[in-house]
Amino acid sequence: MKTIPVETTINGDSTEFLCQPDESLLDVLRDRLGMTGAKEGCGTGDCGACSVMLDGRLVCACLVLGVEAQGAEVETIEGMANGEELHPLQRVFVEEAALQCGVCTPGILVAAKALLEKNPDPTDTEVRYWLAGNLCRCTGYDKIIKAVQTAAAEMRSA
Amino acid sequence: MVRVKLWGSLRALADGEEWVEVEASNFKELLDALAEKHPGLAPQIKRGVSLALDGVIYREAWFTKIGPENEVILMPYMVGG
Amino acid sequence: MAFDAQAERNFKVVGTRVARPDGIDKVTGKAAYGADISAPGMLHGRILRSPHAHARIVSIDTSAAEALAGVKAVVTGADLAQPEDEGFADVAINCLARDKVLYDGHAVAAVAATSKSIAKQAIRLIKVDYAVLPHVTDVDAAMKPDAPVVQEGRALETVPAGMSQNVTTHCQFGHGDLDAGFAKADKIIERSFKTAATHQGYIEPQACMASLGSDGRGEVWCCTQGQYMVRANCAAVLGVEESQLRITSSEIGGGFGGKTSTFIEPVALALSRKAGKPVKIVMTRDEVLKATGPTISSSMDIKIGMTKDGRITAARGELRYSGGAYPNATVDMGAQAAFAAYDLEAVETVGWNAMTNRPKEIPYRAPGAPTSIYAVESVVDELCQELGLDPLDVRLLNAARKGTLSSYGPTFNDIGLVATLEAAKAHPHYTAPLGPNQGRGLSCGFWFNFGGNTCVSLNINDDGTVGVVEGNPDIGGSRASISMMAAEELGVPYDKVRTVIADTSSLGFNDITDGSRVTFAVGLATIEAARAAIKEMCRRIAKIWDIDEDAVIWEDGCAKPAGPNAGTHPPMSLAEIAAIAGNTGGPIAGHHEVNADGAGVSFGVHLCDTEVDPETGATKILRYTVFQDAGKAVHPDYVEGQMQGGAVQGIGWALNEEYIYGEDGRLQNAGFLDYRVPVASDLPDIETVILEIPNPGHPYGVRGVGETPIVPPLAAIANAVSRAAGVRMTELPMSPPRLLKAMTG
Repeated sequence: MKTIPVETTINGDSTEFLCQPDESLLDVLRDRLGMTGAKEGCGTGDCGACSVMLDGRLVCACLVLGVEAQGAEVETIEGMANGEELHPLQRVFVEEAALQCGVCTPGILVAAKALLEKNPDPTDTEVRYWLAGNLCRCTGYDKIIKAVQTAAAEMRSA
Repeated sequence: MVRVKLWGSLRALADGEEWVEVEASNFKELLDALAEKHPGLAPQIKRGVSLALDGVIYREAWFTKIGPENEVILMPYMVGG
Repeated sequence: MAFDAQAERNFKVVGTRVARPDGIDKVTGKAAYGADISAPGMLHGRILRSPHAHARIVSIDTSAAEALAGVKAVVTGADLAQPEDEGFADVAINCLARDKVLYDGHAVAAVAATSKSIAKQAIRLIKVDYAVLPHVTDVDAAMKPDAPVVQEGRALETVPAGMSQNVTTHCQFGHGDLDAGFAKADKIIERSFKTAATHQGYIEPQACMASLGSDGRGEVWCCTQGQYMVRANCAAVLGVEESQLRITSSEIGGGFGGKTSTFIEPVALALSRKAGKPVKIVMTRDEVLKATGPTISSSMDIKIGMTKDGRITAARGELRYSGGAYPNATVDMGAQAAFAAYDLEAVETVGWNAMTNRPKEIPYRAPGAPTSIYAVESVVDELCQELGLDPLDVRLLNAARKGTLSSYGPTFNDIGLVATLEAAKAHPHYTAPLGPNQGRGLSCGFWFNFGGNTCVSLNINDDGTVGVVEGNPDIGGSRASISMMAAEELGVPYDKVRTVIADTSSLGFNDITDGSRVTFAVGLATIEAARAAIKEMCRRIAKIWDIDEDAVIWEDGCAKPAGPNAGTHPPMSLAEIAAIAGNTGGPIAGHHEVNADGAGVSFGVHLCDTEVDPETGATKILRYTVFQDAGKAVHPDYVEGQMQGGAVQGIGWALNEEYIYGEDGRLQNAGFLDYRVPVASDLPDIETVILEIPNPGHPYGVRGVGETPIVPPLAAIANAVSRAAGVRMTELPMSPPRLLKAMTG
């Protein structure tokens, strides 16, 4: 199979890559661009561990083709902190122990950030439904929901 | 002498005994004596057993001291998750 | 190692909620898991798996795959050694089948190629000629004398003659006169239960990168609960020496027991040896579900007699577990745990394991206990219902306590069950009102907890900081708790300590991260290593002060004269002592090697409110509270995390998770869409109540906490659902169709 050149923007940086037509955005990020923050937990869009933003829309990178990133804006976990300064969600997740093994954490953070951008003051139920596509097997979700709410409150008062 | 309790499915391999008395001052001697007295128990002992000494479970500690005053219970080797 | 009276002191670090050392890496995507590293020249491995539940392999033709451009190596079972040891032999034939495939998804061959897509293409070119055999996937069917035999000659000597060859294990535990006990009962209930196999469901599929040279030297990077276990398995399966293999454990994306075995590492090494290049294998979710560790599936009969005032007079259980296509001893654990929460005059538990054409069972949190305790706690609940008794009062009346002869043999010493039950009774949850179609359930849970083989090396750095090197992958925040215990013992701030996990060449042998052992056993070894370093520091200072070694004490991170007789030397801090280590005798370190015992059993009680929808059979968890004795909670956040995570895994097991096999013996739901684990919107907050009844076998009183929380949910939910639905549920999972059928008759 011939590879296809793709021009895109990832976390604000213009990026070019070659990929095969059947290659997922997740494989491109992980294997070609060395951005391994997004994880493959299932490859079928069921676990959310590969959540990224594509033109402002929350997607599973395993269900998007690399070529679909052409001309698009991609945001990943690697772009969430501003240098040394963590995003409030990232900081609160550490402070409130909202992670254990951490493999679902990048996807959950990307998804939670997308929620708070749309709805800065969600109810617990809204957080739970928004994150229903992000599986976590360690925490039972309790501390994740609470950490999202703490970060949301902090972001509202900022 | 030390009395050691066998779990039910081992008793058939030890002449039906629930409690077996052997001469031993530690777990190693106990296991060796058990296997010698009841060769039917040898395969299980070789695969691995745990021993409870006065309620505390030990997995492989040969030189743990035991005496006639102790409660010694043979248990299957423990695995976890 | 005995409980330390000193532990009555006020802890400074232990018991606080410090930030975990791996936190920043995990929230920024930097943490490196199994699939996250690559090597120059690396090849991609992929495994061909059996489409049949049971078949003889007549021939394997790999020539077309080998001829494909980009394919650098193909291996089959013939490329692996045939270890004599039965355990290693099972690992070998499970990594790559030899004569027979034993389940749908059993690995038969593997390729390494220059790209993932070529590897995928290549395995389709391997031609396997199978002679399909009759199969069996149900445990009761497998125990019938005429059942298809999965493997021959695997029965232990304890199995009576004349049974199906699938029956590999038989065990029996208990004491007392059952007949006399049942004769004293006012009410006897006897019920049969079935539970489906479930999967650990870690979000990170197994992944490794491996390199093995023709000189037998190899390196493996992999996600595992035990790098030393991987080393032993790889050495045996490849016929190389352990000293030549260096295994490094990556960050681990969940395990829950599921990463206590080896599936792909020996295959990657074999491919690498053939290709002369590093090989990476990453399992797909489909492969994880088909070929790695589900739990046992079970069929159980429980009979319990009770007086009308709630005293249990006799109890008997018969457990039939299937751990898939290989023998295993999980039923031993299930049988011992079944009645552990009760003080019984007459009790018997009988266990059987039968092989079926399913993947090899791998431990999952408290292996064997959740199912047997589910069945027991269901019958106790039904007796309470029938006799009009309060289920918590009945548990308290019959609770095991210090001095109780346990159902599995030993007499209990200090255990926390009664305190845990009393905490549940005093909690507002227990008396909160319930609405229509709602029910409240409770269950006790129990796990043994282990210690095990452990090495810790603790180094005092020249700038006064501390490095701890341990050998157990951090699955639940253990680097934080180990650093905390080192800081506590040395009297330095938590952030002065960094704990790292060694590869197999950098530290002596450690048992796997299992049995809730790490905070207990590695913690204990860390405390001992710190004490050894303290002793050395005191010795050096004694020389400087020219006083007796015994005249120097360690307090608040400083060496001090023990009393007025020792002189008036100003205290010397750890940092001051570290700075002059070169002058006083060289680097300062402490280390400890132990096979730790005295882990101390653990009990938990879960309370659960559910609402069932009479029209759909769907169950909603309304409220959930976990009570558990942690001995001493080193890091309460992560103790709560274990309690919450275990509860939710149990909720999944109770309500939805299930291995579904078709008539053809093939797994029908090998994906997260159809194998449904709980998601955030399924759940309420999980409230937690930590009790701290010190474990006499640990200097700080620590007990393992990781496994017990998965034990009670199955029955707590089954009891809540049965009460809400008005019908006793005896099969897990209580999925909506199954519950609807039970409710509508």
